[in-house]
Amino acid sequence: MERADLKPIVESLLFVADGPLTLQRLGEVVEGSSRDEIRTVLQELQAELDRERRGVRLVEIAGGYQLRTPKVNADWVKKLLGGRPPRMSRATLETLAIIAYRQPITRAEIEAIRGVDVDGVVGTLLERNLIRAVARKDVPGRPFLYGTTPEFLQLFNLKDLTHLPTLKEMEELTLPEDQGDSIPLERTEES
Amino acid sequence: MSTNVQLEIFEGPLDLLLHLIKKNEVSISDIPIAAITAQYLATLELMQNLNLDVAGEFLVMAATLIHIKSRMLLPAGDDEPDEDEGIDPQEELVRRLLEYQRYKDAAAELEQRELLTRDVFTRPAATEQAPAQGFREVSLFELLTALRRVIERLPKDDAHEVVLEKITMREKMTLILDILRAGERVIFVALFSEVKSRMEIIVTFLAMLELVKMRAIRIFQEALNGPIQIEAAVGIDQATERVAMEVEPQG
Repeated sequence: MERADLKPIVESLLFVADGPLTLQRLGEVVEGSSRDEIRTVLQELQAELDRERRGVRLVEIAGGYQLRTPKVNADWVKKLLGGRPPRMSRATLETLAIIAYRQPITRAEIEAIRGVDVDGVVGTLLERNLIRAVARKDVPGRPFLYGTTPEFLQLFNLKDLTHLPTLKEMEELTLPEDQGDSIPLERTEES
Repeated sequence: MSTNVQLEIFEGPLDLLLHLIKKNEVSISDIPIAAITAQYLATLELMQNLNLDVAGEFLVMAATLIHIKSRMLLPAGDDEPDEDEGIDPQEELVRRLLEYQRYKDAAAELEQRELLTRDVFTRPAATEQAPAQGFREVSLFELLTALRRVIERLPKDDAHEVVLEKITMREKMTLILDILRAGERVIFVALFSEVKSRMEIIVTFLAMLELVKMRAIRIFQEALNGPIQIEAAVGIDQATERVAMEVEPQG
């Protein structure tokens, strides 16, 4: 298949898809085109949409590709759709962050970090399908271990978990004197 | 006592401590424990005065702070710390605060991302339970009105027979699921056609609501004040399984 044909086909598929489309799924549908060809076409499409500052952009989300509106147009889209976006409380967001970075993690482990009961919040997150029980921990009581879902990646515009913003190192948060008083403020690598 | 402390909503004792540390412009690793403890306790008192529910965790932290403070008041003994004392509670507290701060920062960063349905949008999924054209969702109020009509239709003064009725929500849920799994739409009142008692009507109604909650069924009407209709929804297979497996709730 000519690349000139392939590109609009892939664009159509992305348009009608319910969620992010993986390269594999695209490959199954567009027979006779290699993964590399499809990937190239996706990259071209992505570059085109960005360059022309189009109203939809191609984003890599949750292991696939998805058409999304750019942030600059958010107000207009919201005006059309009406309703208010679901707001997430600080407790929910903090708990979600802990689960995202520390998964798989048990309720008790989350509570140890937050210093408060998290039953309600974990329930909310489960209900919103942002986390799920992935296994049971092999300790007395066999508590559930929680992890994030593809919906979590979709909500936060993430390609995969490795694209989470880097967690600050403990040392970045503490003052130098904690390390011993001889360490200068700006530590250099060569020492 | 008059205080003009602005009371924020604290997520927990660690959150409150971090707030106090920030307010005092000190570093986490170098907490002026006496001052912070006093402010912490004052905030707890304020929360109690305002009849806020002060969770147990706040009190545990208060005890920890007082413990740390009391240790500092002890005369400095040997250079060697007591081996059997375990971890230094202040060190432990600093470690916890730092760790919590880390995830607070991470949460703030997540919140800054381009959030779906806040900053960026996709085409709504077609499988989303978009009602067929011209259909509208039914409000709870309309459902209750419909329910009242069903109850009113019950034959009034039949001979008053007292029977021990055995109707369970689960039975009713199974019944509704069986009807709808055939793929047909059912009119709301038809669900109650065989129903003979007030109790049974209510159980049927509750079973229906439960199924809506499980996303097994969908309730809609074609026009305002039109007949209320029920049909199967995405979760019907899952719900059928769950209802079949669930242990009888009560009696």
